[in-house]
Amino acid sequence: MTEVIETRGLKKDFARGDVRVHALNGISVSIAPGEFVAIVGKSGSGKSTFMNILGCLDRPSEGSYFLDGQDVAGLSADERAELRSHKIGFVFQAFNLIPRTSALENVELPLIYNGISRAEQTRRARESLDKLGLGERVDHHPSELSGGEQQRVAIARALVNRPKLLLADEPTGNLDSRTSLEIMSILEQLNRGEGLTVILVTHEDDIAAFADRVLTFSDGEVVSDESGARAGKRVRADGPDQETRP
Amino acid sequence: MKFLRMTLTAAFRALRRNKMRSALTILGIVIGVGAVIATVGLGQGAAAAVQDQIRSLGTNLLIVVPGTQRRGGAHSGWGGASTLSVLDARAIERESAGVRAVSYVRRGSAQVLYGNQNWRTTVQATTPSYLYVSDSEVSQGEFFDDRDMKIGARVVVLGETLVSQLFEAGEDPIGAVLRIKDTSFRVIGVLESKGGSSFGDDRDDLVLMPFTTAERRVLGTTAPGAVQNIMASGHTGEDAHGVALEIEDILRQRHDLRPDQESDFTVHTQDQFSSAMQNVTKILASVLLGIASISLLVGGIGIMNILLVSVTERTREIGIRMAVGAKGRHILVQFLVEAMILSVIGGLIGIILGLAGTQAIAHFVEIPFVFSPGTILFAVLFSGSVGIFFGFYPARKASNLDPIASLRYE
Ligand SMILES: Nc1ncnc2c1ncn2[C@@H]1O[C@H](COP(=O)(O)OP(=O)(O)OP(=O)(O)O)[C@@H](O)[C@H]1O
Ligand SMILES: [Mg+2]
Repeated sequence: MTEVIETRGLKKDFARGDVRVHALNGISVSIAPGEFVAIVGKSGSGKSTFMNILGCLDRPSEGSYFLDGQDVAGLSADERAELRSHKIGFVFQAFNLIPRTSALENVELPLIYNGISRAEQTRRARESLDKLGLGERVDHHPSELSGGEQQRVAIARALVNRPKLLLADEPTGNLDSRTSLEIMSILEQLNRGEGLTVILVTHEDDIAAFADRVLTFSDGEVVSDESGARAGKRVRADGPDQETRP
Repeated sequence: MKFLRMTLTAAFRALRRNKMRSALTILGIVIGVGAVIATVGLGQGAAAAVQDQIRSLGTNLLIVVPGTQRRGGAHSGWGGASTLSVLDARAIERESAGVRAVSYVRRGSAQVLYGNQNWRTTVQATTPSYLYVSDSEVSQGEFFDDRDMKIGARVVVLGETLVSQLFEAGEDPIGAVLRIKDTSFRVIGVLESKGGSSFGDDRDDLVLMPFTTAERRVLGTTAPGAVQNIMASGHTGEDAHGVALEIEDILRQRHDLRPDQESDFTVHTQDQFSSAMQNVTKILASVLLGIASISLLVGGIGIMNILLVSVTERTREIGIRMAVGAKGRHILVQFLVEAMILSVIGGLIGIILGLAGTQAIAHFVEIPFVFSPGTILFAVLFSGSVGIFFGFYPARKASNLDPIASLRYE
């Protein structure tokens, strides 16, 4: 089976004034369909940079990236937009909903750009919102929703185009711990129940504990890659009261 | 198609979010388009009015003015030292076969007194045939006749303006006695109103009297028999140009001009006259249209400005749209559509207000209201293109934004 993600020697430089910042220093990872991967590491270690490349929002300076078997590195902006539109769902720390626009319209947004009929757009958007328990909130604007609800709308939006891959960059970063756990169990359910490949970035161990594989970044490199039950168990075993921690 | 409808919805929603701002932008276009419509409409109305006015000068009218064409163009001799005389007019009447009637005028200005009212106006000294030649009519009383002319009767015919200036409403001017230059005159008639001309002068602000009377009592006789214009009315169906040549021959002979000498007068036919006047109206109309177009341009810049602000404000939204799959051209179209909506709404309102304004002004200055679908089509297309033209730069800017930078934009 093809890997959903396969990167080889991925590098990303930024020019900041005269100095070049090496945000990524050669990352080679493979992620198989149905995996639930957490990326951890201290601030500035390149996690978001990596996620942006995975999400086809940005392109690497060097190295190759295969998404679902397709070489992405050489694609044009329009072709990358096409991939975002069909294969990728993105969830952000800051929710990134369009203000003064209803939940339903926010969720319909990705469908506008991939040629789905108007009726089907609405049907799918409602279905997606229903699945996340937001059936009653379709007409609410972001400002009328709690943080957790906003993030659920964002997840509904990420799922509405039935992606292969869900990328979540610190999805719980702006939420309290109880809401964070709610969001995580939704992601867990999507992964376990529907086989969706989920990659998430987090700073918190108890969030990373939901994943079955943890990549640790440091200075643009992967310094540890712990897979299987080990990863989860290790984090959870750290303290018996992990799950109830405030 | 689906995308277009979604874009329209999204554009309307975005414009509604900033109602006041959108309204002001639209106002800029409304003013521009309205001004274009109004100036074009009024220009056409004025041209039609000029045409009317020339027609109202009389059928088949020829006007002889002093001065050569080469030296001064159509209007040169008017009011200058005259080379034309009453005898010239009589000669034309006598000798020209193509002419049915001849009249002549000399103008001066004088203070007219009646009771405690007084008014400065044009005294027009002319002949009884003036009424026929100039295609005028009296609305009350009568015009002076050959006998009045012969004896130099102290009678006058008033223009409407003079009547309204000197008399109370409802007062009968016929039979009233006026004083002009210390002489009393009896009012025997009122000339039917001709309305204002397209150049704003009042063609009813005058008093007419027999030429003989005027010469003796009002205008003076420094140059006896001198006239400013001779007007001749050709037989209907007669070739105006032929008659003009005939008149020219007669006058050249009378003025003892050798073949190599230029004429010291010019014969205008109605056609020439109308095209000269129409040229003036046309120039005036294009100047106005130019000014109006500038205001439309300013409206367009308003659109551009608002969209630039909007692009900056909505940078994050643009980033979100791109992150969920929007391509550059989707964003481009969205902003272009917003620009088009603003300019087309503004254009439609502008057309309505422009037409209403044209009608009001046309009514006020008494020129015909000319409705031209061509102008409206032009205004719609023009305002639409203003939208595209001025919307393109901001839209392009939006579509070239980098998704990651946009998502991070605060
Ligand atoms: N557009 C950019 N221009 C210049 N430098 C950048 C840019 N984006 C990221 N960087 C730099 O690249 C490095 C990696 O940044 P990145 O955002 O990937 O870190 P991160 O691991 O996500 O950090 P955090 O946990 O704080 O979100 C940082 O040093 C950052 O300053
Ligand atoms: Mg980050």
